[in-house]
Amino acid sequence: MASVPMEHGLLLAGILFGLGFLGVLVRRNIVFMLMCVEIMLNAAALAFVAAGSRWAQPDGQVMFIFILTVAAAEVAVGLALVLQFYRGFRTVDMDAADRMRG
Amino acid sequence: MDVVFYLSGAVAIVSTLMVITRSNAVHALLYLIVSLFAVALIFFALGAPFAAALEVIIYAGAIMVLFIFVIMMLNLGIQTQTQEREWLNPKAWIGPAILSAALVCELIYALTLHKGAVFAAVEVTPKAVGIALFGPYLLGVELASLLLLAGLVGTYHLGRRDERSAAREGDAP
Repeated sequence: MASVPMEHGLLLAGILFGLGFLGVLVRRNIVFMLMCVEIMLNAAALAFVAAGSRWAQPDGQVMFIFILTVAAAEVAVGLALVLQFYRGFRTVDMDAADRMRG
Repeated sequence: MDVVFYLSGAVAIVSTLMVITRSNAVHALLYLIVSLFAVALIFFALGAPFAAALEVIIYAGAIMVLFIFVIMMLNLGIQTQTQEREWLNPKAWIGPAILSAALVCELIYALTLHKGAVFAAVEVTPKAVGIALFGPYLLGVELASLLLLAGLVGTYHLGRRDERSAAREGDAP
């Protein structure tokens, strides 16, 4: 690992985050949007691990574990919301829920 | 190890692109698992074997299983796929994609200006991670446990099928 610049790791994390963001913007299916949020969280975790590896400190991996916890809690609540959404609207189209009414 | 880093980085980018362009949810999920495996390999190449193992076990294992369960419970038919394909009309996203590609080129340019900082060749062992996690970050661990409890309670509350909606579904099957 003596010759990979740290910037390339951060660049990869940035590109993955951008792809996840693009997915959230272009997809209307709520399951795909949740997947893209997972991609974004994963990219942020990659940036933390890359920074931790640059200075050979364990802090980056500790932050990775916290991000993993947040992602697990987020996806559990999010998928429960998806099921409720599908029960109520009989579709997975986000645009069906453009009114804030029960 | 350089080859491992660049190759798995390319695999991660390509498979993530496939995730956001598929119309079938299960295909997208399989590509997402490939992407997570690639990121796990990058973690391993960066000298973070503990993070790599957690990525495979928790992300590619537990979280993806949740997605598969929900996709199976929704049981979306073929009409959802055709609708997705209509929504992914290139006319809708070609303009934003070109503009974003320009921003990515700027990011690559800005990050390649500075040379010098390379990744440390040492491996951060799970032991060091554990000592840091249960030493200075102990409060964070407690907060994470509270967050997981809140997530558990919230998921139970949201996923419960109450009598009203069950009766409504019974009326109109």
